[in-house]
Order: sequence, then C-alpha cells, then structure tokens
Amino acid sequence: MPNRLTVCDLSQLLSRRELSAREATQACLDAIRQRDPLVRAFLHVDEAGALAQADAADAARRRGKSAETHPLLGVPLAIKDVIAVRNQPLTCGSRILAQYIAPYDATVTTALRRAGAVFLGRLNMDEFAMGSSTENSAFGPTRNPWDTTRIPGGSSGGSAAAVAADECSAALGSDTGGSVRLPAAFCGVVGLKPTYGRVSRYGLVAYASSLDQVGLLTKTVQDAALLLETVAGHDPLDSTSVPQPVPPYVAGLDQSVAGLRVGLPREYFVQGGLDPEVRHSVEQAIAQLESLGVKPVEVSLPHTRYALATYYLIAPAEASANLARFDGVRYGLRIDGADPIEMYARTRGAGFGTEVKRRIILGTYALSSGYYDAYYLRAQKVRTLIRQDFLDAFKEVDAVLTPTAPTPPFKLGERLADPLQMYLSDVFTISCNLAGICGLSLPCGFTASPKLPIGMQLLGPPFGEETLLRLGHAFEQSTDWHRHRPPPRTGT
Amino acid sequence: MSAPHVDIHRIARLARLELSPEEETRFGAELGNVLDYIKLLEEVDVRTVEPMAHAVPLSNVTRPDAVRPSLSHAEALNQAPSQSNGLFIVPRIVE
Repeated sequence: MPNRLTVCDLSQLLSRRELSAREATQACLDAIRQRDPLVRAFLHVDEAGALAQADAADAARRRGKSAETHPLLGVPLAIKDVIAVRNQPLTCGSRILAQYIAPYDATVTTALRRAGAVFLGRLNMDEFAMGSSTENSAFGPTRNPWDTTRIPGGSSGGSAAAVAADECSAALGSDTGGSVRLPAAFCGVVGLKPTYGRVSRYGLVAYASSLDQVGLLTKTVQDAALLLETVAGHDPLDSTSVPQPVPPYVAGLDQSVAGLRVGLPREYFVQGGLDPEVRHSVEQAIAQLESLGVKPVEVSLPHTRYALATYYLIAPAEASANLARFDGVRYGLRIDGADPIEMYARTRGAGFGTEVKRRIILGTYALSSGYYDAYYLRAQKVRTLIRQDFLDAFKEVDAVLTPTAPTPPFKLGERLADPLQMYLSDVFTISCNLAGICGLSLPCGFTASPKLPIGMQLLGPPFGEETLLRLGHAFEQSTDWHRHRPPPRTGT
Repeated sequence: MSAPHVDIHRIARLARLELSPEEETRFGAELGNVLDYIKLLEEVDVRTVEPMAHAVPLSNVTRPDAVRPSLSHAEALNQAPSQSNGLFIVPRIVE
C-alpha cells in the first residue's frame, strides 16, 4: 500500500523502480475514493491531472531524472485550498470563491513542481483559514479519521486528515495561529510551522499577513525536513521572505541531541484546562527526551496569558483589511446592487460565512476611529512583550516544549455555539505566530478510550528549524507513536 | 477600554458587509463577550513598549522598477463577474 509510505520511503522505492509514480498516485486516488466519502478531507480531486503528472514523472525518470535533483519525483501530495495551483480551484473554503480558478502558481507550488511532486487535489479548511475545527468550511466539515464523530482540528483540517488517512503522502497547510500544528496533533501526524519569513507567502491567500506562514503536514519529522528543504528560501515576490541560506535539514537530522536544553514554560503547565491524559503523555515525552540526554529546564514566558487576546485583535484587524479585496468586481461571487456600495455589501453578506463575518466585524471595530489606540495599538505592544519573552527564554534553552493543544480532539458541533471556547483550542499554539518563531507538533501518545491522538509542540528561535527537527526526529526514532494508524473505517 | 455598547450596524457599514437583523443581534452579543475577554490586556503596562507590526527585522524592501511578465489582460479579466470591451463592468457610480 504505497499510499501509507512516508515521502522518504516512497521516494526510495520510486528511485529503485520497485514502484512507479503512477502506482503510487493510483494508490492515493483509491484511498481517497474509499475513505474520503466519510473523512471529507478533499474539496476537489484532480484524478486525470494527477495521473498525467505521475506519468510525466515516470517518463522523466526513464530519461534519467533522479531524486538527487528532483527529491519529490513522482510523490503524490495534496494542497490546502488556500495555496494557489495554476488552473486548479482556489476556494479558501468560501462561497465567495466557490467558482474561482487560480491563475498562477504560488511560489511553494512552483518549488514542489520543480522537485517533481504530483498534485492530487485541494484540501478542505476553515473558511479563509479562520477556525480550529474545519467546521467553518462553506463546503461542510472534515472528520477526524481516528473518530469520525470528532473534528480534525483546524484550519488545515483537510490536510491533517488526508495525511492521517493515508490519502496522500504529505500535504501543505497554512498556520496563522496554530492551523497546521493543531490539526496535526488532533490527527496524529507531524505539523511544522516554519519561522515567519522562512517560506514565501506568494500565492498563499492572505488571512493575517504578519502571522501567516505556509506549513507542512507529514507522516514523519524526516518528511517535514525534506519538504521544508524544498519550499524554504528567499522569494523576490514576497518582500517579507528572508534572504537567509536554507540549511540541509535532512542531513542534520541524525546529529546527537544529547546536551540540548529544552525549556518547559511553567505557564503552559499550570494553566487550568489541561486535560490529564494530555499532561501525562507530554510528561512521558519529556522523560523520553531526557533518556536521550536532553536536559529539561523550567522557563517562564510571563506574558503567555495575554497571547490569545492579543491574537484576537491583531488577526481580525489584518483580516478585515485583507478581505476587503473580495468585493464582487474583479473575480468571485457578485450579488448586484443599485450602486457599488450596495453591491459590495450584498456580495460580502452572501459570500462570507459566520466566522469570517464575525472577525471582519471585530477587526473593523478594533481599527475604527476612537478605538485604534485602545485595542490594536495596545495589542501590538503586548505582542512585542510576548516575542521578548521567547527571545529571553532562548538565551537559556535550545527549544521550548509544550502540549500542542489543551485537550484531545472534540466532537463535531461541540464548540460552534461559543466562539471564545473555540478560540481557546489555540491557546498553546498562538504565541509562536505572534513571536514569529518556528514550531513543530508531533505525535506523543493517545488517550485510552476512545483512542485519540495527542501531540506535543516544540518551539524554536527564529530560523531554529534545524534544532526542532533534530529533536523531533530523535524522539520519533525512539518511540512508535507516529506509526499508529487510524482504524480503516469508523462509523458511516 | 471598558467594552462599550457596540453599534454593529455602523461597523458593518464601514466593512461593506450586509448582515441580517439576526446576525446583528448575535454578533453584538458575541462581540461584547470577546471584548470583555480582551480587557485582560489592560493589565499590561505598555507605556515604554514599542508596538510590533511584524516579526522580521526587514524594512523598505525594494526591487528594481523593471517591466516583467505578468498575467495577460485576458487572464486578468476572464473571471470577472461582468466584463465588456476589456473592462470590468460595475453598477453606475455617478449619475
């Protein structure tokens, strides 16, 4: 079952010609056909296109192309429906873009194409990446492959569920407040949010531009390292991408972790609401790392309790500006009106879902005359303090370790009625985006009954991905959490 | 920064966002709750703190002002809800 293989293992089989790209792609398409009617990770499957790309990859290999220069040659991937792939739908999970086709490739898409990847299709998400459960998709929720009565996390819920259900080898997502790491934890896969500026945002539809970053969802840390190596780097088309060399992440994985210092922020472990099974698994993981020679150290991130409030001012404020472009004039839905103002309002009223409207209202309010200083400006100042907390901690430790989420995945519908309750799912992941640092979520255990994945989060300093990946890889090599697979079929 | 009564109707007009009466009522209540929560930030002494707009210490990134290929006219127009003569068509703006 080639769809169950990691990217690295699949790539080796393809290189040795023990398997063709067509077979690998077909195996994913079969898995999608079999499992996705229930999981609903995909919004669009490009079956013919994927097979054509696979055939092209097989032909290229026969002509002498190899994994040396094309590390993803023939590897079937899937992309969150917020990242542009030319001539493919780009809905962002929204009615307002239901018919929209991307006119160009995102820079990350171009990078994956150059590496030889095959694109299977488009993955479900919370509308415009706003949400923690994928229930805010205009096209219906994705379900958690471990228990289809539960949410997969969000906003990259389709990406995490597709990887967990072996419907693709790996996936791209985006992470503005935890949208890659939270679903990774909830679905039992690896999720990497690179440092702000590490990966180009060109072709990633903007939610909150100072926080957004393309992220990776994979079956192993090694796969995350390989994909990061492929997509990272400076891009003249994104002026916030940083001209810093991309280290060989894969080659660095096997360096020893003995002697590395990992900070345990006391604020993350004392806060109420940390599920006892999550706490237990994370404590076991710390002990495991300790047995590998890692030194746990208590650290303090004193402004932690302000992160969520800071985020829910800054992100909606930026979103309210970014989403002004959806006005019914140049593309997307249009609902006619007597004048342009009425047309804009009707189009947006009909095109946006509840959570997007909620955040546009909050953001518009926070930026409106008379409230700007009290809300937005104050939040930007608190953001400085949150970042400084991390920079201070990283003087003492190489990485910070926390649970990824305070609870295991919850039931569909459970938190829809109360926005604040939903926002609290992101309480451990949000600071990373505010601080602009990098974060990695990886499986570290399961709840007893039902069996649901638990994730831990490693946070690193700006451009500290090498250390995170090395720590994560060492942990993975010494445990088997990442090898567990969801039941083949649950519920109906 | 006590959470004041929020005039949702006015905010929605600023955002060019048509809301149903039910949505106005619902968002009004929810926004009140979120703003109550956000009051937490009043505790923080930020008098000497610089605001942070951005995580990357880059500023004024420029590029050569050179002509380069971009979307063609036809590609830029072909997803317009309404177009004619190579232009986007919108409702009448001036009488």
